[in-house]
Amino acid sequence: MSPTLPSGVERRRFDGRDRLATRGDPVYGEPQDDEGWRAWDAGRSKLGAMLELGMDLGIDGDDGVLYLGAASGTTVSHVADFAGPTYAVEFAPRPTRDLVGVAESRPNLFPLLKDAREPETYAHVVESDLDCLIQDVATRGQATVALRNREFLAPDGRLLAAFKARSEDVLSDPAEVFDDVLDDLRAGYEILETQRLDRFHDDHLAVVAEPRPEGSE
Amino acid sequence: MSDQRPESAGWFADVDPGDLDAGAAAIYDQTADLPRDWPAEAVRTGFAADEADYYDALHEATLAATREAVEKRERSDDKQLTHAVRAMDDAERTANELAERLAEWAGVFDRDVPGGVGGAREVAAWTPETPAEERVVSLAERVVDLDDERAELRSFVESHAPDVAPNLAEMAGPVLAARLLSLAGGLESLAKKPAGTVQVLGAEDALFAHLRGRGSSPKHGVIFTHEYVRGTHPDHRGSAARAFAGKLAIAARIDYYSGEFKQSVHDDLTERMATIREREVSQ
Repeated sequence: MSPTLPSGVERRRFDGRDRLATRGDPVYGEPQDDEGWRAWDAGRSKLGAMLELGMDLGIDGDDGVLYLGAASGTTVSHVADFAGPTYAVEFAPRPTRDLVGVAESRPNLFPLLKDAREPETYAHVVESDLDCLIQDVATRGQATVALRNREFLAPDGRLLAAFKARSEDVLSDPAEVFDDVLDDLRAGYEILETQRLDRFHDDHLAVVAEPRPEGSE
Repeated sequence: MSDQRPESAGWFADVDPGDLDAGAAAIYDQTADLPRDWPAEAVRTGFAADEADYYDALHEATLAATREAVEKRERSDDKQLTHAVRAMDDAERTANELAERLAEWAGVFDRDVPGGVGGAREVAAWTPETPAEERVVSLAERVVDLDDERAELRSFVESHAPDVAPNLAEMAGPVLAARLLSLAGGLESLAKKPAGTVQVLGAEDALFAHLRGRGSSPKHGVIFTHEYVRGTHPDHRGSAARAFAGKLAIAARIDYYSGEFKQSVHDDLTERMATIREREVSQ
């Protein structure tokens, strides 16, 4: 259906329905087929929703990935199934416990209990020139997090972010909040595509962006 | 470990290949200004034979280090918090009790001694002249120490409650959050209590009197200490306590089952309290 699926992600039939799937150990009770493929639930994963909506994410199998806001590892488990080295950063201890469990059967997944607002606390572990920075953090200052972590991206790398309006400001209209976030983001990124994820996730804006060359900030 | 680490060095810079403990420690103890191509550098410096070997070591080290970091953060758990808040209350009660005894005794020496811990602080500064005065001053010092300990316990509770129960601490304030945990017997049991029980935690005497047919049902227990309940007009305190307890119960469940901060539940409560407080009050 969509021509832009990264290698390692396929559409498979589960219970009579075509769904996104990756190949790996099951994590959250998702349906599996006989060949080891497991369904990727777009309602539980913003990246899954971005793929489902046919956005051009510019990621491919074996890419190096930094994932900020990995939570329990629901989405990052699928990413690690098709990507290369995958660094998963999460700040809260309870979900990180589950994330460690998810990483045990995935040798290319590296879980880190770190604060995404402080990249210097993991810059000695996460390598530079990564192909992809995925961000799903529900904290105020989501654009700042993306800007601070730009240093991990290769010049032709991609930022794939899901910005949550309510994390920035509860009272304002989400559309206005998103405009502000995008303005801030332009300080370090060229924005390639945006799309609301409302069909799957309320008040979220998905953004695909490319880092701007150094010095053009 | 050497003191002359370059400003940007990888986690493996001072780690012997195969030394899992040192590698794990470096992941959480060190920092770097900027990332570099660590896999290539690890191969160049001989830490790893090739990139695959490096990633294997990295996987083992991050698993071990993060597992340990999680345990460490979670060990500041609900039991510690429960003990701390109970100790804080005990220290306060005991300090006040001794301060009253002290005020009575110190009054004998013909000086005007105010009651409470403030009075004890004054007495502690006296220069004793008789053996009896020595005892009085010494007792005053104990009271002051106890009060200082109470303050230390309070700041411990304030800094640890958000780790243990981020949503509950945000909603109730750290000290009330710790009291609720203490009354319920931990985060797990608080998460499993219905909102109606959370509403009257700390008012068990009144509740059981009501159940035996004496008196009206209590509108609030320890949550009365929160501004949302105490600061609401008495006509609407029941509604406020019910709404507040409902969201506290939800906050406790989020903290227990997910542990992640969830802004929406706090916004819902803010809106609900504003609505309740806008209602008219009887003259």
